[in-house]
Amino acid sequence: MVDYCVHVTIENKPGISDPEGKTILNDLVLKGTHQNVSKINTAKMLKFTITENNKESAQSKVREICDELRIYNPMVSVVTIDAFDA
Amino acid sequence: MNVGVVVFPGSNCDRDMFHVLSDVFNLNAHYCWHAKPLPENLDAVVLPGGFSYGDRLRAGVIAAHSPIIQDIKKISEKGIPILGVCNGFQILVESGLLPGVLLKNDSLNFMCEWTNLTVENNKTPFTNQFELNQKIPIPIANGEGRYFVDDETLDQLERKNQIVFKYDQVVNGSSNQIAGVCNDDGNIVGMMPHPERAVESEINPHDNKPSSLIFESLLKKMGVNN
Repeated sequence: MVDYCVHVTIENKPGISDPEGKTILNDLVLKGTHQNVSKINTAKMLKFTITENNKESAQSKVREICDELRIYNPMVSVVTIDAFDA
Repeated sequence: MNVGVVVFPGSNCDRDMFHVLSDVFNLNAHYCWHAKPLPENLDAVVLPGGFSYGDRLRAGVIAAHSPIIQDIKKISEKGIPILGVCNGFQILVESGLLPGVLLKNDSLNFMCEWTNLTVENNKTPFTNQFELNQKIPIPIANGEGRYFVDDETLDQLERKNQIVFKYDQVVNGSSNQIAGVCNDDGNIVGMMPHPERAVESEINPHDNKPSSLIFESLLKKMGVNN
């Protein structure tokens, strides 16, 4: 059993408005000289450290925790889960 | 009549609600700490506003896992009236007792202002004394008050008459300007505005009667003559 670092990124589903992302895009980035940026989505990231047998089981265990405890709200959010060696 | 006022770490409208229930409507209000079992003699339960667990992760989601929520689920199945106000509404949504979700206001601002509601369903234990479409001047105070449901759920809410209150204009970007909903059975109602801040003329510069009808509806439902 070793420690793994698992990143959980929670962001809005497509079609759910993200006023914070829009504000960062329109009122900060596009007001500068970066006209080639077309979209910014905000997200929340949680970084888990978990002890598991391997990277795959670390990832699936964190997914299970996220689903069980409603770490993200499936009605409006999607979650991306990536595991790394700690 | 015994009404429980559930207190979570970070609730801050619990005392206002307790005061209104006991001093304005002469009910036997009881504080119920979230980590203890719900008393068995309650005739209604209110989840008050505030910032349970500091709104960490998402407003209401951590409180939704409190032990008392399982007891509230059980008594809700018996038809006991349950009202969630503001953070209480967010907790009911996050615990799955009410449909939908509450997102950050479109403006990203914490909004503290007076709004006007219209009553869309006057059959619930908290709206039975209203005329349909009656207006309620009432304050909001929230950062995550934008009620959202997907189109399919919205159709279902409309079909089953689960939309209880709407804002009379666009306030925060809520789906169909929804301010409050109920469950399928109608005994659980959640609303973002604060009726407990609007029932006394001393602190209501508009008209305190309509908000009072929310509590008078509960009295009517329980057969209490106030």
